[in-house]
Amino acid sequence: MADAATKPAAASGAGKTVLAVQDLQAWYGESHILHGINFDVNAGEVVTLLGRNGAGKTTTLKSVMGIIGKRTGSVRFDGQEIIRTSSDRIARMGIAFCPEERGIFASLDVRENLLLPPIVRPGGLSLNQIFDLFPNLKERLNSQGTKLSGGEQQMLAIARILRTGARFLMLDEPTEGLAPVIIQQIGHTIARLKKEGFTILLVEQNFRFAATVADRYYIVEHGKVIDGFANADLQANMDKLHTYLGV
Amino acid sequence: MSINLQSLFAQLLVGLINGSFYALLSLGLAVIFGMLNIINFAHGALYMMGAFCAYFLLNVLGIGYWPALIVAPIAVGIFGMIMERTMLQWLAGIDHLYGMLLTFGMALIIQGVFQNYFGSSGLPYSIPNELKGGMNLGFMYLPIYRGWVVIFSLIICIGTWYLIERTRLGAYLRAATENPTLVRAFGINVPRMITLTYGLGVGLAALAGVLSAPINQVRPLMGADLIIVVFAVVVIGGMGSILGSIITGFALGIIEGLTKYFYPEASNTVVFVLMVLVLLVKPSGLTGRAT
Repeated sequence: MADAATKPAAASGAGKTVLAVQDLQAWYGESHILHGINFDVNAGEVVTLLGRNGAGKTTTLKSVMGIIGKRTGSVRFDGQEIIRTSSDRIARMGIAFCPEERGIFASLDVRENLLLPPIVRPGGLSLNQIFDLFPNLKERLNSQGTKLSGGEQQMLAIARILRTGARFLMLDEPTEGLAPVIIQQIGHTIARLKKEGFTILLVEQNFRFAATVADRYYIVEHGKVIDGFANADLQANMDKLHTYLGV
Repeated sequence: MSINLQSLFAQLLVGLINGSFYALLSLGLAVIFGMLNIINFAHGALYMMGAFCAYFLLNVLGIGYWPALIVAPIAVGIFGMIMERTMLQWLAGIDHLYGMLLTFGMALIIQGVFQNYFGSSGLPYSIPNELKGGMNLGFMYLPIYRGWVVIFSLIICIGTWYLIERTRLGAYLRAATENPTLVRAFGINVPRMITLTYGLGVGLAALAGVLSAPINQVRPLMGADLIIVVFAVVVIGGMGSILGSIITGFALGIIEGLTKYFYPEASNTVVFVLMVLVLLVKPSGLTGRAT
């Protein structure tokens, strides 16, 4: 990971492929949600999955994480096939997931929430670095996790996966329902993580926010990736994007 | 009404002893319910196995009370973990009723096997030498073994509470109770944690069985009689609450003891009357969260 750490804000596609997803299909019980997802993420990139509600973005992240029971196709992480791997092993390989609902535990205080995910490899942020990024958390260490404001909970949800040493982060709609000033703070955080060499797969509805951090975009619709382009081509693709997202 | 202090304290002590067993057993049930979502009807049978394990250790292998306090909970705990791996784990995520039926059936089978070989009468297990005799406290006579049971149970209960509420391991447990999928996605082997948790709950029941052997004799149905009251305790305390089950266990033992003194006719029913009253006012129990 040393090469990633020294690289400046990565140009799109500069690093080697970290995550390669091919023909990923997934089911919730009887309903077939993903119908063949294809995309990849290179080291040091921020890649954003865009799409309407129910398009399959969250399911894609969950399938990569190994949380969706029935999934087929191929997900390769650092060259290793993980489509059949259990989620605890996937986490130990260095993928960290921040769920849409944030998943802050009510029966744990902020400190316990923060320290919950085990360290999977060296090189994670120290508590001081985390408090540097999110000063609010330091003052609320002894509060019950769910007593925090929505913004603070989102920061806690991101902060706790930065400790683990995982260099590949999946963030599911980190700005959902938050005030503009907090969205801005999360945007700064993502930019800083990228500068430090983290690779980030982001799911967003808010593409104005995504545009401030992403290197590349994939459009998900009806459980398939139907388009993709680099951030540099965003303006050229604006009309298409409006059609895709229905905004 | 004149109060005979001597017999009042004697009944209070009996209440505290029963309360110790209620607390240890309902604590185990709470731990298991929290993590596995299973109402462990086999708990009484596993408590009985703990007592029998102590009995076998002494009479077959010549291993005494003190080692039995450690060996029996581990041995029965391992039996429990095998049960969890081979049967209970397949019930995850389906209706409570299946877990109840399976564990109830297990209890009947285990008790049936022991009854087949040992009948229904009690086998003696003597108090270890170090704890024989009693102390005159001035206001009452305290048999040392009974004092030991109360204090030791209290220590184990507080220790378990500390483990779950104050340690890192406990944080994993509490988090996995809330959202096992996410905890697993952080890299924790949740299925193994569930097995160990069941083992812990079962171990607590077996420990109560060992403690009870010198007081209540070792009988195949010793757990079946006790577990009914313990379930009432759990319902009153609120299913799944650690501290609630400990406090309610001891408190109900004391209330039962006091009832034996003041109105003995009601002593067998007072717990159930309380259960009905609590359910009328707070259906999720005194410390339970409404679901």
